[in-house]
Amino acid sequence: MSDKKKDNHVLEEVTTGEYKYGFVTKIETDQAPKGLTEDTIRFISKKKNEPDWLLQFRLKAFRHWLTLEEPDWALLHHPPINYQDIIYYSAPKPKKELESLDEVDPELLDTFSKLGISLEEQKRLSGVAVDAVMDSVSVKTTFQETLAKHDIIFCSISEAVKNHPDLVKKYLGTVVPYTDNYFAALNSAVFSDGSFCYIPKGVRCPIELSTYFRINAANTGQFERTLLIADEGGYVSYLEGCTAPMRDENQLHAAIVEIITHDNAEIKYSTVQNWYPGDKEGKGGIYNFVTKRGLCKGRNSKISWTQVETGSAITWKYPSCVLLGDNSVGEFYSVAVTNNYQQADTGTKMIHLGKNTKSTIISKGISAGKSNNSYRGLVRVSKKADNARNYSQCDSLLLGNQCGAHTFPYIKTENETAIVEHEATTSKISDDQLFYCQQRGIDMEKAIGLIVNGYAKQVLNKLPMEFAVEAQKLLAITLEGSVG
Amino acid sequence: MLLNIKNLHVSIDGKEIIKGLNFSVNQGEVHAIMGPNGTGKSTLAAAITGREGYEITQGEIIYKGQVINNWSPDKRANEGVFLSFQYPIEIPGVSMTNFMRTAINAKREYLGKTPISAKEFLKKMEANKKLVQIQSKLTNRSVNEGFSGGEKKKNEIFQMAMLEPKLAILDETDSGLDIDALRIVANGVNQLKSEENAFVVITHYQRLLDYIVPDFVHVMYDGRIVKSGGKKLALELEEKGYEWIKEQFEA
Repeated sequence: MSDKKKDNHVLEEVTTGEYKYGFVTKIETDQAPKGLTEDTIRFISKKKNEPDWLLQFRLKAFRHWLTLEEPDWALLHHPPINYQDIIYYSAPKPKKELESLDEVDPELLDTFSKLGISLEEQKRLSGVAVDAVMDSVSVKTTFQETLAKHDIIFCSISEAVKNHPDLVKKYLGTVVPYTDNYFAALNSAVFSDGSFCYIPKGVRCPIELSTYFRINAANTGQFERTLLIADEGGYVSYLEGCTAPMRDENQLHAAIVEIITHDNAEIKYSTVQNWYPGDKEGKGGIYNFVTKRGLCKGRNSKISWTQVETGSAITWKYPSCVLLGDNSVGEFYSVAVTNNYQQADTGTKMIHLGKNTKSTIISKGISAGKSNNSYRGLVRVSKKADNARNYSQCDSLLLGNQCGAHTFPYIKTENETAIVEHEATTSKISDDQLFYCQQRGIDMEKAIGLIVNGYAKQVLNKLPMEFAVEAQKLLAITLEGSVG
Repeated sequence: MLLNIKNLHVSIDGKEIIKGLNFSVNQGEVHAIMGPNGTGKSTLAAAITGREGYEITQGEIIYKGQVINNWSPDKRANEGVFLSFQYPIEIPGVSMTNFMRTAINAKREYLGKTPISAKEFLKKMEANKKLVQIQSKLTNRSVNEGFSGGEKKKNEIFQMAMLEPKLAILDETDSGLDIDALRIVANGVNQLKSEENAFVVITHYQRLLDYIVPDFVHVMYDGRIVKSGGKKLALELEEKGYEWIKEQFEA
């Protein structure tokens, strides 16, 4: 093929790239039988030696879930999910208590190093504490000593239930009640594990807290539950990132993240999401139905969501902020990439309840291949929210002409002092831009990476440094695929 | 011979724009291509640099002894072909610094060299910024975003200096420039001129040629080079306009 002809194919090839993180780790699992009944829930609760109040919480959620129907308002199409064909609990069998990294299953460490995120490196180089979640159970937690010095609690939610039951009881389900939606009810019934973090009064967490997730056993739903609390004047930056191994069958993922900030507290929550998106024909891939919500409970408190979404066959996710405290601030910065047959319906809700509350929404959608990418957002200003301000910017970038970008902004204001601004643009990577790069010696594939990263820069800049570098690579990988 | 174009025919969307053009350039030479609007000057630049949509239906472009008709634009660039764009393109969010480093390293990779060191790169940036009197605030900005017309053109010459091409094509670099900017641009070109490289300057006006003195002047009309001469030809065109050429060929 001549170079020029080859170039004509590059755009097609880069937009039909296949997932680079497809491999399976062989680790023995201890799993629940398929299907979902009250017995399944009792099994999970028993496996985890949970107190009765938590079992009751799960059962209430399950009974409520039975009365609900799966929502169908999102611009997403998938075959019906058979909830009785899913394994709801799977845990790697612990061989013994682990004291140091040397004792961690070498195969697990290998998985992390394939992803370029070896625990050792992370520990040594970046000063990031890692709570690695491997199929539902936390395998290894590091930097506990540094955190203990500041009385910061950072552990798996199972451990928190054992060691800090009062805190868990006080906050669990207060931001996302099990009645919130179909997937929240499901998660509340069957959640396996996740992270818990409590920042005490006046403490600024000196390190970025990080969790890496992997879905690993076949036919296993992953139901993460994360709960983060910053008490008065507290601060923490929390990172969540994940890549999943290649799978043929669809895997259901329904997580809940709840965040609470008290007076003058701030939490930054950053995500890089790279679940398996399915193959080029749209076969397989993760169904990702996530409920993420933060409550700015105290005055002058702040919650920021930053997300880079590149994976999953289906993404249904609206990280939101409830701005209850006066002068509280909510932010949402998002880059969502869809390729091949991926579908994403994502956005945010900013609910202004307190006075002088402010919110900012920056959403950058990138669609390639035959994918569909929707922004869906709600800005609501309630009667009492005097002087509320919102600024929203929703941009869409299209690669090729077989993909779709959609924007569904909803604005409801009940207070006339509110100022709500919304800007939206849709653009294509132009032939002019590509040729300009190529004329400077930059090949088509690198040019697309460069232009896309430039487009997403406003959001990538909000990520912590190490994460931003990783996210940039991920954007390039997602779109480069099989070329090179 | 650096560039040798033989009987070139180029079509856009099936419409023939260049109709049997012959043109050759040696190292160390400066060629000016003049002519009225719509005679195929920019199409020639696009064909030499390999722009998609410019179909070569007949003829050959031979560069450094090889037929490059099917080479990708980036391969041509990495082999030393540079185009100063008539309308430079904006790339939001990509800083000039990042863009230049990516371009230089792409070329180095093509040539089998290791990436440029940060120190060497910054030194080169500083030297060339001085050459075209471009301010640091511009190189910190996104590629061409918010640049004035003059700044965009200076930025093209800046990139040319950074990439050290063998064959540089300047497509109407003088259009939209005031006299001071024109001097700066011309001065940049003159300093980069050597026995190793060559320049093809596409322009409407003789004005630029007072500063960049050509060895040869060619007149394009209806997809062909219809007249070639020395520097004097440009002055003659300035004096008489293009009408006499048209009359000569339409008669």
